[in-house]
Amino acid sequence: MKRVMIVIIVFSLLLPTVLTGCGQRVGSNGVVNVHNWGEYIDESIFRIFERETGIRVNYSTFETNEALYALMRRGGANIDVIIPSDYMIARMIEEDMLEELDFSNIPNFELIDPRYKGLAYDPDNRFSVAYMTGTVGIIYNSSFITDDITSWNALFDERYAGQILMFDNPRDAFGITLKYLGYSLNTVNEDEIHEAFDLLVRQKPILQAYVMDQIFDKLEGGEAWIGPYYAGDFLAMLENNPDLRFARPTEGTNFFVDAMCIPKDAANKTNAEVFINFMTRTDIAMMNMAYIFYASANQEAAAMFAAEISAEEYAVMFASSEVIANSEVYSHLPRHILELYDRLWVELKR
Amino acid sequence: MKPKYLSIPYIVWMGIFVVAPIIFVVFYAFTTSEGVPTLQNFAAMGRFTSVFVRSFWLALISTVLCILIGYPVAYILSREGLRLQRLMIMLIVLPMWMNFLLRTYAWMSILENTGLLNRFLSFIGLPTVNIINTPTAVVIGMVYNFLPFMILPIYSVIVKIDRSLFEAAQDLGANTVSVFRNVVFPMSLPGVLSGIMMVFVPAVSTFVITQLLGGGMVMMLGDLIEMQFLGTAYNPQLGSAIALVMMLIVIAFMYVVNRFGQGEEKAVGA
Repeated sequence: MKRVMIVIIVFSLLLPTVLTGCGQRVGSNGVVNVHNWGEYIDESIFRIFERETGIRVNYSTFETNEALYALMRRGGANIDVIIPSDYMIARMIEEDMLEELDFSNIPNFELIDPRYKGLAYDPDNRFSVAYMTGTVGIIYNSSFITDDITSWNALFDERYAGQILMFDNPRDAFGITLKYLGYSLNTVNEDEIHEAFDLLVRQKPILQAYVMDQIFDKLEGGEAWIGPYYAGDFLAMLENNPDLRFARPTEGTNFFVDAMCIPKDAANKTNAEVFINFMTRTDIAMMNMAYIFYASANQEAAAMFAAEISAEEYAVMFASSEVIANSEVYSHLPRHILELYDRLWVELKR
Repeated sequence: MKPKYLSIPYIVWMGIFVVAPIIFVVFYAFTTSEGVPTLQNFAAMGRFTSVFVRSFWLALISTVLCILIGYPVAYILSREGLRLQRLMIMLIVLPMWMNFLLRTYAWMSILENTGLLNRFLSFIGLPTVNIINTPTAVVIGMVYNFLPFMILPIYSVIVKIDRSLFEAAQDLGANTVSVFRNVVFPMSLPGVLSGIMMVFVPAVSTFVITQLLGGGMVMMLGDLIEMQFLGTAYNPQLGSAIALVMMLIVIAFMYVVNRFGQGEEKAVGA
């Protein structure tokens, strides 16, 4: 039902453009190569963009920040717009892999919530325009778990043995374990990381599996009871299983920002900026939000979306300022810490 | 005499897609990220012993199971009528038209605790089984995915064996069992050998199956190598070193298997 409402609203927003019908021929103004997370955009916006600007969109997807990084390091990928997460943007800036943006081509930047400008990963906000934000939390099935979940402790609770899922990547798995222990998820203190590792080793026997996107099927179908994942994905799961609940642990969690950037030496830099500007527009942000249920960084769209979903759902999707204050954004860690993560991860899965 | 220039496209292809990548792997394996020569990448290899052992062990089990299932299928198939043979081959190949990931994902929903298999078992009143997220599930996934690569080479060898050889053996007093043991099996060995190669090698380096069916609880070599390229630390040098060691062990293994096979064929010839 809410999707129908959103479609109607978006359509009324689009109506002026549709009626004036600025019918540019697709491709007459070149192309823009967009590389994004899988299932992280409403692909029907490409047609609108092509009609309005005459720029053709070549779209492809990646699965993890690290896969994107590896692709760019190999070179020759021919990409104009990428949408990595905070810590990866910091790494790419540090390694001189991003192009500075010309904000005169991105006037819609002023629509971005000031809380998502100039964050630690891009302090002067020269390289990125925030796209979507979100938090990590615990998703659980209330028909199996009747307790109120408030702590990461639940993922280490033996009463749920065999029904617990865990992140299948070292950064997130260590991150929430560090949070549970009361440490920073960006710690470079190796003792704290080893302490988290010991806890992960103790957790393993009561786990059902380490998962990434398989968590959708396993939680929706009742195969598992509880697991950590992203707030936006919880709302997608909720549509298939109304018994699911979302909890943000009181110890704090990871708050993330995925932002649009242009790789160094992109062939179509101006088109890329036109595309980023388009993505930041309120009607387009609405469409993307309605499709993926992550919180848009566009302040106006965020406010409008409140009318479309329940207050509880809104609270899950949009982290309040208190939640953000209690959360941490991943930062780019020094190489020896990343290698320690990898080494311990292999040991965990020996 | 065939004109040599016809082989040029093949040589170019092999150069780009087979030789060049191997050169890259060797180069990376012996250098640091700055390109300085080093043996450092191999020094860490001992840490991964358990991953190596597990990968080769599970690949071996899968290969043996593929032979045990695939050989009878290929043999029976080769003795059927041509029309049925074509149909069956088609059915064996058919699943391969579907994406590997999708097929493995389907096995996830079959083997899960609340999956099709367990729902069926409890429906007919039998106790349920816990297969998903164990090495057993990984082996099932590998056998399922690689079985056609065992059946097809064995089948194509057996089907080409001249039928009159069987008749000759029978004329000389051999019963069905000894026709099979002394004629069919030795002559089909080349097919078995290439089947082993086509199953064992991808099974050793498999990943994804461990993640989907094994629940990510343990790593195999494929996961370990993937992690060096797509993981947090981005260490293609270490990844290449692991890949190189794996390739060397596989080559040694294939050498032994081939020697064994040749010995068998010679014994038959003598």
